[in-house]
Parts: sequence; structure tokens; C-alpha cells
Amino acid sequence: MKKILANAYLYLLLVILYAPIAIIVIFSFTNSKTIGDWKGFSLDLYASLLTGGAQHASAISTALLNTIIIALIAASLSTILGSVAAVGIFNIKNRKVRQAIQFTNNIPMINPDIITGISLFLLFVSLGISGGFVTVILAHIAFCTPYVVLSVMPRLNRMNPNIYEAALDLGATPFQAFRKVIIPEIKPGMISGFILAFTLSIDDFAVTLFTKGSNGLETLSTYIYADARKGGLTPELRCLASIIFLTVLILLIVINRRSRKNETKTTY
Amino acid sequence: MTNIQKNCPIVQLTDKDCTQRAPDIPGAVSANNISNDKKTYIIEIDHVSKWFGDKQVLDDVSLFVKKGEFVTILGPSGCGKTTLLRLIAGFNQVSEGIIRMDGQDITQIPPHKRPMNTVFQRYALFPHLNVYENIAFGLKLKKVDEEEIDKQVRSVLKLVGLTDYEERNVDSLSGGQQQRVAIARAIVNKPQVLLLDEPLAALDLKMRKDMQLELKQMHKDLGITFIYVTHDQEEALTLSDTIVVMNKGKVQQIGKPTDIYNEPINPFVADFIGDSNILNGIMKEDRKVQFMYHEFDCVDEGFKKDEHVDVVIRPEDIYIMQRNQSAMLNGVVSTCIFKGVHYEMVVITDNGYELIIQDYNAFEAGEEVSLIIKPSDIHVMHKERYTNTLVGTMEDENHVTILDETFECLPQEGLESGDEVNVEIKFDNIELMDDIEDGYAAGIVSFILYKGNHYHLTVTTDSGEDIYVNTNDVWDDGDMVGIKINPEHLKISKRV
Repeated sequence: MKKILANAYLYLLLVILYAPIAIIVIFSFTNSKTIGDWKGFSLDLYASLLTGGAQHASAISTALLNTIIIALIAASLSTILGSVAAVGIFNIKNRKVRQAIQFTNNIPMINPDIITGISLFLLFVSLGISGGFVTVILAHIAFCTPYVVLSVMPRLNRMNPNIYEAALDLGATPFQAFRKVIIPEIKPGMISGFILAFTLSIDDFAVTLFTKGSNGLETLSTYIYADARKGGLTPELRCLASIIFLTVLILLIVINRRSRKNETKTTY
Repeated sequence: MTNIQKNCPIVQLTDKDCTQRAPDIPGAVSANNISNDKKTYIIEIDHVSKWFGDKQVLDDVSLFVKKGEFVTILGPSGCGKTTLLRLIAGFNQVSEGIIRMDGQDITQIPPHKRPMNTVFQRYALFPHLNVYENIAFGLKLKKVDEEEIDKQVRSVLKLVGLTDYEERNVDSLSGGQQQRVAIARAIVNKPQVLLLDEPLAALDLKMRKDMQLELKQMHKDLGITFIYVTHDQEEALTLSDTIVVMNKGKVQQIGKPTDIYNEPINPFVADFIGDSNILNGIMKEDRKVQFMYHEFDCVDEGFKKDEHVDVVIRPEDIYIMQRNQSAMLNGVVSTCIFKGVHYEMVVITDNGYELIIQDYNAFEAGEEVSLIIKPSDIHVMHKERYTNTLVGTMEDENHVTILDETFECLPQEGLESGDEVNVEIKFDNIELMDDIEDGYAAGIVSFILYKGNHYHLTVTTDSGEDIYVNTNDVWDDGDMVGIKINPEHLKISKRV
């Protein structure tokens, strides 16, 4: 009895958690203007989203394209920056300095997005850089990099510290040793970091809103927000939300499986 | 060890074929022909010191290694031996001094340009590469062509007994196999010098013994110079042409294994290499030494008359027999343990000394025995010090600051506050207290030497200075102690 109650509670919780998303997904498969009005199963909304038939569809696909481009560029650059930074932090001999820098690295992650957004906005304004594509990418790199550092660090800590020296000893220049020994060792952490940065970038709203400027640049999140404020959601956005949810879910599963594989591989 | 001792005649310390100490190190062999021999030294370590921050880990180390030699750097953990190896490999930079290879200064050369290779303690194999790729790593960097790489990798794999392991993942290998891959990865590059940092430390005893023999054979076959770091004295004695004994960042003694074993230069070396009885003695005249209230004939000469000395007698060099009247010493066996080949017994002599004795015959605890020591088995060493000598400052006429703490002393005439003074304290006059608060200064017991009827301790004080204490109490290495000295035991004189 007790067990049934416990399970029922758990399922109730899950239903409440996922009900909003489920409703959006369900109503993406019907051709109606508003949610709650079921007009039979249809893929019309998906079709109009993909073909650009609807009045807003071209704006949506531009926003989607912007989101993906920004996410790819920001994730790639922050992976490079974060990995190099992690190696640098790892090589700091002084323990106190190292811990201080790691702590500093963690602050942007617990900092509320809105604060990050406002501060970056003020920074760009004070530097006289007008908002646009570049500022959004810079802002995304700024908040993604710490996550990359965080996912690369454990790989470095687990690495035998002598292998870099072993490579030098065998005649590799410091750069060759980095490329042929350190990079392969931290690669799993880099890939996890990249995926994490990519999802974070797609996900972001607050920071983007403050840094996108007034030149009409929209990402999905800012577009949806603007669209919703104009009165009601464009129906096609339900399909888009479903697709994004599915994509993020898949990426999440990939990250989880990767980290589990890493753990089992290194516990010997 | 017994075999080494019994089978080898005592070898004189001076030996031209052997690595030699720099001429100006105290107690060094006179290396009068260093300049002529310069060409044959492959590695020269010339007055090298190393600091990490303000901690000195190597203190004026000099070492000359001949081509093709098997040199072992031996010492307890923290003695600086691994640091010395890392300086040779180039992973760390020297703070002072010069390292030369084939007469060329390589002090500033980065590790990847030094023609030597290292076998690391924890193997340091590349986990993302298989056995073949690990071994081929160095050759690929040198742009050797594929066919040649293939040939050489297979030949070293055969040498280390890992044929058919090419495709194996290094994580799937046992510790011994990983070590073999690490050795193969180094020697495939045909280095002029192979550096080995405790390569066998992580292996079990049986495996270690096998690998020792294999390493020795490899050294013979390859003809390259081996510089080997270990804390295992038996390993050092088994493998080396030359042993370098280090302690606290300083070279203690350099010599052949038999020299180090039979003619240790100080109590540290005697105690560290093998078991030994170390006793206080007085040199009465040439070839006559008194210890344990008894005058013995010995073979040592050149000491001052009545010089206080340390006497070393190896446990296997004391002959033990049933009680008889003609023996030099009588005693009673207190314990007897079977050690495999021999028995190890502790005998308390009638005049109160405790001696360790190894013999093939067992004498049970409680048995009355007699002991004989042959003159050639007594090894006499100069004492490194006879008393503690510290530098201090007078506070007022009956207080002096030494070891960064203020001690009370007897009223001193002719000395004013602020005067720099020398303070002498006899080993017997320092009291060690369990509770640090009870002492005037605090320290940590850093080295214990049993002298037959008392302990001679080295205590490293909080000020970083070492003081030496004779005591009958049993202390452990690393014990925190309070240091107490009664006022009348401080002998103070003005510094000139």
C-alpha cells in the first residue's frame, strides 16, 4: 500500500512537471489557432513551419537559423577557450591561487542570467559596441566557457601527471605534447563541454535579450517572447517547441551516457 | 646481502673505473685525473642546488657518471633523489650549478632536445594509444619511416618479452607488463642515457626480483648508461656499478656497492644500507679501538689518538658460540627469529649493549653465549660531530636566544645583550619532553640511530636547525617533542 502511494506520488509529480510540454506537443499535431481547441490530427502546422507558408514562418526560420549559428560559434569558441583555460588552471602550482581561480570560474554559473545580461549590456554600451550578432556571440561565450572548464577539469585531474613529461621526454615539443597527448586525454570532457555549451546557448533568453541590440536580430527565444507579447502564440511555434524539446532531450541523453561511460572506464 | 659481504674482499674506495666525487666535497676520493678523464664522463653534475620556493631540496650535489655505467641514486623518500633525476631529464631547472652531457652544457636545454629517455615510476603510458603506438611515439616524432618503426618496435617488444602484445590496450596490461612497455618505449629511441625513476616500486616482490635481473641483463646488452633512482637498498646493491647515497638533499657517499656496504662513510649510510650495529668508540692508537668497554684490534689507521669515533659491525660479522672462557664478549640471547636463510638474534652483552647478530645456527632466547669479532670486520668512522654547536644571541646576562627561542643560562660575564655567541650543548644534556609545552623549543624527531645502549636522535626544530640528542627513551620517527636544556648545560662563548 505504502509503495503504491509512493509510486502514485512520483507519477503525479512527473505528470505535473511534464504536462505543459505534453500539451504543447499534443496540440502541435492539430490545425487550430489556440491551444485547447482540438480539430483532429493534422501535420499542417509542421508543414507550414517547414515550407514557410504561414505569415510568420519565414521570421521563425530566420530566428531558428540565428539560434543555431550563434550556438555553434559560441560553443566552438568557448570549448577552445575553456579547454585551454582548464589546462592553464591545472598547471598552476600554487594550490591557493588555483583554488581561487577555480572559484572565480564558478561565479558566472551561479550568477543569475539577468545580472549577466545587464552587466554585459552595460559593458558593450560603455565600450561603444552596438548590439548585434557579435555581441550576442561574445555574451554566449562568456557564460558558456566556465561550463567547459568545469567539464574538462575532472579529466585533467584524473590524468597521470607524468604523461605530458613522458611526451616531452620522447622528443615532442610542448605544442606537440599538448596536441598528441593532452588533447586526446581531455577530448571526452571537451565534447561534453561543447554539447553543454550548445544547449545552454540555444536555451538562453535573458542574456540574449539584453545583448541583441535593436537591429532586429532575433533568436528563437527572443522571437517567441516578442511574438507572445503581440497577442497569442503563432500556432507553428508549438511545432518548433516540440522539435527543440526533442533535440535538447536527445542531447541530454547523450551527455548522460557519455559521463556514465567515462566513470565506468576510469574506475579500475 | 650476506653473500656480498662474505664473498667480496674489502675494496679500496679509490677506483678509477668508478664514478668519482667532485674533488672538493668533504671526504671525497681524490679525483686527480678528472681533467684527463673528462671525455669518458657522459653526465656531469657540477655543484647543483635546487630550491622549490624557499625549501632547498638539493644542496651542492656533484656527480660524474661514466659512459655505460649503471648508477643508482639511493636514499629515503624526500632526500631529493627524484628531483636530481628530473633535473637531469630537464623537467625542472637547476637553481644553481651546471649539468653537462658529453662535455656540453645542457643546463638550459629543454627535455625534448636531450638525448635521454625516462622510465617513470607510474609508467606514464599514453592511455589513448595501444602498446605499439606507445612504443612508436618517439620514432614517429623523429619522422623515421614506417617500415623502420615497425622493425624496431617489434625488436624491443621481443627484448622486453611482449611479442604479440602490439594491439593491446595499455589499460588491459598488468603492472609488470605496463612497466615493460614503458621501458620499451624509452629504449626504442636508443638514448645515450636511460633514466629510471623507481621503476619497480609498484610491483610485487617476486616480480620485482625478476625485473631486476632483466634490467641488469638489458643494461649489459644495450650498453647504454643507466641512472636509476630507488629507495630500496637491496635493489641498489643488486643492480649497480656505482651507488650514490643521498640524504636531505646532500650526497652522503659515492662508491661501488661493496664499498658502500663495507666502508660506509657515516652512521646514516651504515644504517641505511643493510642492518648494522653502530656503537660509540675511542681510537686508542692505530689498529686499536675501544668500544663496549673493551679494546679491540682493528685494521683502521690514521685517526688521532683518543679520537671519538663511530664503529660499525655488520650483524653477520659477529661470530656467536656457546659460552667459553676465551671469547672477547659474553652475553645472553634475548630474541631469536628465523629469517629464511639465517637466524637473526638480539644479544644483550654482560656490559649492557644490545647487538643484532645473524648466523646460520640458532641460539634460543635465554641461552648464554660468547661473541667474537674479527679485526677486519670492525669498521671505524670519523664522527661527524661531537657536540651540538649553535649560533645564538645574548638577550641579557642570563638569557640566550637559540633555535629562535629564549633559553635560560648561567650568568655570563663579559657578554652583553645583542652579542652573537656560539652555544655548545652536549648530546646527553638535552631533555626531550612528550608535551611540546613543557620544552623551551619544539621539534620533530627526524632520524633515529641505535647505538647499542642508547639512541642518538636527530631532532629538526621549528627553526629548521637540527640538534642531536642522546637518550635512553624510545621515540618514533616523526614524534613531536619539546626540547628542554638546563641552564648549566649551555656552554656559551663569544663569536669571533
